[in-house]
Amino acid sequence: MNPGMDCKEAEEAVHGYVDGELDRAAAARVDAHIRGCAQCRRLYERERQMSASLRQAAERFTAPADLGQRIGAALEMAAKPASREHAVSWRQLGLAASFLLVAVISSALTFRFSVPGETDRQGEEVISGHVRALVANHMTDVASSDQHTVKPWFNGKLDLSPPVVDLAREEFPLVGGRLDYVDGHPVAALVYRHRQHPITLYVWVDGSAGDGAARHLSRRGYNALGWTLKGTVFWAVSDINAEDLQRFAELLKSQA
Amino acid sequence: MSEQDRVKRFERLALPHLNDAYNLARWLTRDAQDADDVVQEAYLRAFRYFDGFKGDKARPWLLSIVRRVAYDWLERNRPSTVVRLDEAFRDGEPEPASSSAAVQPLDPEAHLLRATELRELNQAIADLPTQFREILVLRELHELSYKDIADIAAIPIGTVMSRLARARRLLKEALTRRPPREAINGA
Repeated sequence: MNPGMDCKEAEEAVHGYVDGELDRAAAARVDAHIRGCAQCRRLYERERQMSASLRQAAERFTAPADLGQRIGAALEMAAKPASREHAVSWRQLGLAASFLLVAVISSALTFRFSVPGETDRQGEEVISGHVRALVANHMTDVASSDQHTVKPWFNGKLDLSPPVVDLAREEFPLVGGRLDYVDGHPVAALVYRHRQHPITLYVWVDGSAGDGAARHLSRRGYNALGWTLKGTVFWAVSDINAEDLQRFAELLKSQA
Repeated sequence: MSEQDRVKRFERLALPHLNDAYNLARWLTRDAQDADDVVQEAYLRAFRYFDGFKGDKARPWLLSIVRRVAYDWLERNRPSTVVRLDEAFRDGEPEPASSSAAVQPLDPEAHLLRATELRELNQAIADLPTQFREILVLRELHELSYKDIADIAAIPIGTVMSRLARARRLLKEALTRRPPREAINGA
């Protein structure tokens, strides 16, 4: 049978008692002591209240809404894309099945066997640029939903004044713009949003580019859609699905 | 397992604890932008260590990384805020007997705390030295066991207990300090 507890011991044990961290025997001894000792009972009550007040009143901070998304984008970048050696070792294994697989699998995989063309390289670059901005939490240098604020901001920074249209009514509100780099050249990057998903629209001048068919690229959960209009190159990049991005592009073309 | 699968598995494990991670980072750095940076860095670091994680308790594992990153971050950017446990706060010393007369409890109707008291309470927690603040936050806001707190802060359970006692005591003292009268009447 345990001897009774004195006040000093009770005072030392009171936090463990309040926190429910004592084993059953120790808790029973504290319990017995504070029943018989008014002073220690008051002490216990105060500690219990303090703890309760804290739980009630201390602020619990919630992560910003887009933090999870930004972490996801950063992880995508950190994860090494499946390496070339993988694909090659399959071939070295001479598995006929792998050839079959390669034949039927998406162009994303066959792409790895081919030398990336201009389109792919540009698409890759604008996707990287979009993800970089997302990860750095720096989508905009100028944050405004007003096209008359965003458009003049590029004056003097670039050799073009990008067309800026507002598509808020069509569920693609303008968020702002930033200066970005593609191929080592500064380009205009306009930022739109669709539901909670950011879209970057890259715009630059390339006199040699003819009006070509739209180009589409999909990488790591991001879609990129490129088109050329009168010597101006456009690329829209986002993690929204290809259909929605297509709709965004059509809206822009119809307003051009 | 492909790299993409690893990312997916890690996200399933770690993203549910995002608010916990952010709350701890926010209480440690006391700044929204800093907390944002710390959490992002911590998740990337956790992903790198992910293969080594064999445990079943993702939350304490993740919080220990958040804490580590927050300390690294504070030492790099706010060296003045991370003080060594100074003489007055040596771990392991017995708590001085509480002079209960001097300490008035908070309003027993805790849920009726007035706005000013709420502000004071949160300020008082923020003002605690980091080593005591973290233990208090892990216990009262994250409701972790002494054992988990000991693992996260890399200290023995006995130290968790003594720091928790000290943290609560410092907090009580801070909350019961009344501004002196002459300050109110002002010359």
